[in-house]
Amino acid sequence: MTTTIPYKSYLEPHGKYRGLLDWLTSTDHKRIGLMYMYAIGVFFMIGVLLGLLMRIELFSPGETIMGPQTYNGIFTVHGVIMIFMVVIPGLSAVFGNLFMPIMIGAKDVAFPKLNLFSWYIFICGAILAVLSQFTGNGPPDTGWTFYAPYSTQTGTNVIMAVTAAFVLGFSSILTGLNFIVTIHRMRAPGMTWFKMPLFPWALYSTAWIQLLATPIVGITLLMLIAERLFKIGFFDPALGGDPILFQHLFWIYSHPAVYVMILPAMGVITEIIPTFCQRKVFGYKAIALSSIAIAGVGYLVWGHHMFTSGMSFTARWVFSFLTFVVAVPSAIKVFSWVATMYKGSIALKTPFLYSVAFIFLFMIGGLTGLSLGSLATDVHVHDTAYVVAHFHYIIFGGMGFAFFAALHYWFPKMYGKMYNQRIADIAWLINFIGFNILYFPQFVLGLQGMPRRYFDYLPQFETGEILSTIGGFILFAGLIMMITNLINGYRKGEKALDNPWGGSTLEWTIPSPPPMENFDTPPVVSNEPYDYE
Amino acid sequence: MSDVAIKHDEHRDDIGAKLGMWLFIFTELLLFGGLFLVYAVYRNIYPEDFHLGALQLNVTLGTLNTIVLLVSSMTVAMSITAIQKGNSKLSMRLVLLTLLLACVFLVNKYFEWGAKFEHDLYPGSDLVLQFKRGSIIFFGLYFFMTGLHMFHVIVGMVVLMVLWFKLKNTTINKDDHVLLENGGLYWHLVDLIWIFLFPLLYLVT
Repeated sequence: MTTTIPYKSYLEPHGKYRGLLDWLTSTDHKRIGLMYMYAIGVFFMIGVLLGLLMRIELFSPGETIMGPQTYNGIFTVHGVIMIFMVVIPGLSAVFGNLFMPIMIGAKDVAFPKLNLFSWYIFICGAILAVLSQFTGNGPPDTGWTFYAPYSTQTGTNVIMAVTAAFVLGFSSILTGLNFIVTIHRMRAPGMTWFKMPLFPWALYSTAWIQLLATPIVGITLLMLIAERLFKIGFFDPALGGDPILFQHLFWIYSHPAVYVMILPAMGVITEIIPTFCQRKVFGYKAIALSSIAIAGVGYLVWGHHMFTSGMSFTARWVFSFLTFVVAVPSAIKVFSWVATMYKGSIALKTPFLYSVAFIFLFMIGGLTGLSLGSLATDVHVHDTAYVVAHFHYIIFGGMGFAFFAALHYWFPKMYGKMYNQRIADIAWLINFIGFNILYFPQFVLGLQGMPRRYFDYLPQFETGEILSTIGGFILFAGLIMMITNLINGYRKGEKALDNPWGGSTLEWTIPSPPPMENFDTPPVVSNEPYDYE
Repeated sequence: MSDVAIKHDEHRDDIGAKLGMWLFIFTELLLFGGLFLVYAVYRNIYPEDFHLGALQLNVTLGTLNTIVLLVSSMTVAMSITAIQKGNSKLSMRLVLLTLLLACVFLVNKYFEWGAKFEHDLYPGSDLVLQFKRGSIIFFGLYFFMTGLHMFHVIVGMVVLMVLWFKLKNTTINKDDHVLLENGGLYWHLVDLIWIFLFPLLYLVT
């Protein structure tokens, strides 16, 4: 005899408290994912506004709306917020939490309480980061990289910002740990490693990077704090230290952190493309293992940030070589995505459009990364706007567009409602055009010699800078349109089907929005994922 | 078959819990790994200053503390065996003994650091700032590494106290003692790190 369990969505109240407290005390992975999303959404908009302020300042040569010190503060805050509070937690904390357990057929993550605790740590770190802007002797002006020896000597509020980064790193470690154990221990019966969907595969590789790399930046930031407080001199040449060592330690984490951002993004794209082509993903194993390869090799390429800082020639060519090697698994993924589309029945829906935009922008970002990774060209474009354009193409064009793709893909599942797809498509087009007008001119400016992190510039760069600022406003308009459309969809969108896109992974087999514990009966998996034939 | 839904709090996976703890310990080792890397770099640059610096440290107290921590690792391991055999009273006593040994470690450390401060041997003091650069780094590393380790000792003590209370109200019992095992693992980590710190700082002469 079986009894059916009455359906109750995870969005409905279920704890002993009501309202906000019901959410703040919930250990449900989907709710925690949503709480991450709301927090990250707010930080993202703050970061966007700061970025827009910089673009306005650069609209014309000379001081436009702010002086150099304010500008230094703003690009530091923009970097700290966007890197540590938006793109690093972004996809894994939001969509990893929301959908990874469902996709592997589990009821929750392995340690639900730890999961909620990670969210609280994240919020604490975020509060510290925001406070560092308003307390002490002015916002930190070191850039998000906190390079010594300047960061050990500037009078601004570096300690608090560094503590914030440390705390946020701790949250990232715990999320990674949770995901690794979940994927090892909680896959549904029959779901072998190679029957697991590719988004969880990407999260698994990401989690290992979070676990292996973050402690290094943790100890580095602690040393920086100790140096400022107690004059220990780890990185101060006058006290016997070496500032280059700080750069090494910092990039040992912060380069792998780039893969923490991009691997889940690739995972999302790998989910979306087979669904909208109704075709089995091409090269399943190659995609799964290339995630692991990127995580492994990506750990060993940090030196390419330091070609001009002073390293032996041997070290430089080895790091350059490894940088080229890490491009191979990324390219394997791109080939597989394109091959999946071949002869598929493609539906040009919003998530697919964002995914195609991702591939386009990621290719530009990735290939310009190779010109930065080769020794001779890097000397020319090091610390110019070219670098800024490159990493925005990777981080925003890559991770950001993948985030929007995921948002539009899983929105009907998350809320059980559908947004207006026509407006979403228009917003996509505006975002795509605005993005390219904003960042592409910076490649050209960088090649011409426009340095990064300067509030002023020579008159010959004016055309490019004006173009870039216009692009910034177009992108901003697109973002507002996209967010408004999603909010409207949530408030008064029509009811979404359980499987609106015809997806094949487990999250589409349950009602929208999912019930509290995902599955009434634990699913048993026998097919490979993306089985459309 | 009645209700098939399983509540979260009924979910129990000891292997998963231990896997999580091992991963966490791994991150702690990497945290100190960063410091060992920095140590290696500077020892390579300033071998003589490190030799002279190590001569200033109190090897007797260091040895004593090493023995204290090793014994405490043993007592915490014994407490796990005791609970596996169902003797929760003995297990609680052994956890208390571990806590006591941790206190002995901290008291020793207090006297050791105290003596250094008395002789103006601390980072940023006027005396240390006049030293050669390698010695400044050595004392910086000494205080930073042992300080961070001491912080871990204190965290470990808090964990042990929580475990004691959980033993007392039988949350940890013969059939469910993975928490005690994980706490014990953490305490072994504290011990393990010290076993590396001791030769690197005290015995490199």
